[in-house]
Amino acid sequence: MGLKSKDLLGMKQLTAEEIMEILDTAKTMKLVISSANKKTSHLQGKSVVTLFYENSTRTRLSFELASKYMGSASANISTSGSSVNKGESLLDTARTIDMMGTDIIIMRHNQSGAPHFIAPHLKASVVNAGDGMNEHPTQALLDMLTMYERFDTFEGKNIAICGDIYHSRVVRSNAIGLSKLGAKVSVYGPKTMMPVGIEKMGVRIADSVADCVRDADAVMGLRVQLERQQKSLFPSVSEYAHFYAITPEMLALAKPDAFLMHPGPCNHGVELPTAVYDCDQSVINEQVTNGVAVRMAVLYLLMARRNNL
Amino acid sequence: MKTILTNCKVFGKDTDKIYIDGEKFSKPFKDSEADEIIDCKGGTVVPGLVDMHCHLREPGFEYKGTIATETASAAKGGYTSVCPMPNTNPVADNAAVISGILKKAKEANNCRVYPIGAATKGIDGDQISEMGLMKEAGIVAVSDDGHPIKNAGIMRKVLEYSSDFDLPVLNHCEDKSLSEGAMNEGEVSTCIGIRGIPTAAEDIMIARDIILSEYLNIPVHICHVSTKGGVRMIREAKARGVKVTCETCPHYFTMTDDLCENYDSNFKMHPPLRTQEHVDAIIEGIKDGTIDAIATDHAPHHSDEKDCEFSVALNGILGFESAFALGYTYLVKKGVITLERLIDLMCFAPSKILKLGRGGMEEGDDADLAVFDLDHEFVFDKNKMLSKSLNTPYDGWKLYGETLLTVMGGKKTYEKLQ
Repeated sequence: MGLKSKDLLGMKQLTAEEIMEILDTAKTMKLVISSANKKTSHLQGKSVVTLFYENSTRTRLSFELASKYMGSASANISTSGSSVNKGESLLDTARTIDMMGTDIIIMRHNQSGAPHFIAPHLKASVVNAGDGMNEHPTQALLDMLTMYERFDTFEGKNIAICGDIYHSRVVRSNAIGLSKLGAKVSVYGPKTMMPVGIEKMGVRIADSVADCVRDADAVMGLRVQLERQQKSLFPSVSEYAHFYAITPEMLALAKPDAFLMHPGPCNHGVELPTAVYDCDQSVINEQVTNGVAVRMAVLYLLMARRNNL
Repeated sequence: MKTILTNCKVFGKDTDKIYIDGEKFSKPFKDSEADEIIDCKGGTVVPGLVDMHCHLREPGFEYKGTIATETASAAKGGYTSVCPMPNTNPVADNAAVISGILKKAKEANNCRVYPIGAATKGIDGDQISEMGLMKEAGIVAVSDDGHPIKNAGIMRKVLEYSSDFDLPVLNHCEDKSLSEGAMNEGEVSTCIGIRGIPTAAEDIMIARDIILSEYLNIPVHICHVSTKGGVRMIREAKARGVKVTCETCPHYFTMTDDLCENYDSNFKMHPPLRTQEHVDAIIEGIKDGTIDAIATDHAPHHSDEKDCEFSVALNGILGFESAFALGYTYLVKKGVITLERLIDLMCFAPSKILKLGRGGMEEGDDADLAVFDLDHEFVFDKNKMLSKSLNTPYDGWKLYGETLLTVMGGKKTYEKLQ
């Protein structure tokens, strides 16, 4: 039992079996979250540090709660309150945390590959909580858990993802993870937000929102980073909403029992109209709960590997 | 001082001996007259190599490399002449800096150093530099290298003004408005989430420079070509009679962009490693003569500047000590070109483009030579390099063409003949 690697760097590094083990474990962890006494001893005596070089609300909080529900000692470092601003290198900072006896370092960084860079230098397990445009594996795992609770299998399921594909680490992790389990992923966004060669990751490039969403079993919207408008990736918010949003009409093209997901935070009225965000098919709020469950599973399985040694 | 090299194959000559008297190649003399007889162990003697594109880092970046350390590294690679780019600190855009570089080079006395002056003041692409005064101080060409001249009007003035002084213009072709990335744009960059640099960024500026050269009838030299489109346009331009020449580097015919997959910044340089399609085109360009020269773009960087996040790491890799062996192993051994053609690419052609007059091995010519072991495989070991830096991607590669001896002006600058 447990993950094969010391670190969770991305979905690229996980096998289909490991993904399923995380999802099955997360289902159990979800029972803890819904119980009256949210306390287990899975991480008792372990220490967990979150090291975030980028802003985050839900990812950071859910990792923190996940580790606390399982009894670990946890601490946080943010870019504004540490020596990061004094120009310390990433590796020096990571080594410093490592040498304080930390078991798990959960890192978010604006540079792709940053966790891959530090992990081999550290005794602690490194969990990637989002690196640049590369991966956000625990987001993909929580998305997959949300699907897994509704599907008996991923095999042959159609997953539609619409929005800023180029900059999205959520898309990359989902595309890799879902493909490994046999799902079919379609993506669509403005050409200015489509990366070259994305089809080589096993996804289908759709022609339109309608083409992407049609017959989907699950539909995922992505957050539009509004500052990208200044970089001429799209002309205006209203034009984006008009041509690229997932409207009720678009959602109606998906399978009748399809559900709507979004990694949050959502720009209401841009990528999703508020009516869609709140519709019966929306599972966006449940994704948040699943985020805690999946992170409990990941932290536990990383430490289970340690204990096996 | 009289020296005889024995037990060697001599490039282009039917002899197994080389005679050196003082700084020059000499006519044969008796063994008894020699001060030293060097047994070359069957190695092949070729003219000392010429690198038309490198970075020695001095002045200003001595923590990466100095003129002394990097020319020692060049000598180990079989180079006897090197041309450092002007992106030093201060920038080599005036005669005083050029004189300083030449003074240090003379003190080190490992290589002939032919500096390349900045094409524009401060390599900022705005005002043309004091090319005439720098030529008097010793430059052999002008370039803004890593800071390509983006304004076509300024590029025109650089071409026109430099031609008054018969100074070649070497341009690093990259439209920076398209190239905010850290590696080649393609499926690998997409998969690992690194911003990409499209081949179009290079091709657009190559096209512009060919058009300006053709319109003005002034030569232009394209630095480190890495793209299929670049090779095609240069081939077509040469066929029309445009005075365009170009170089490539060993990394563009030995490696592809998938090596960046693990975020190892020793595979990060500008232009970036491309896909196999482009590597094939570079090899084809070398084979058919479109590509005139192989340069190293030797670029030492401190480990602090390389051992960090991929997109933050600086661009460039070491080249001197691996270039010949890579050319020999990947081009000659594989039957793409002959050894003669490789020596043309790494000695005669760059010497001709920059009018250095190097490469002669007749009596009275400067005794510049390198001896390579072409028969035995060796493992390239980064810990044995003489460069001050360590940023090579070739550590552990098995290659042919290890340097046994380098002689510059009759003086041994590198020797491994124990």
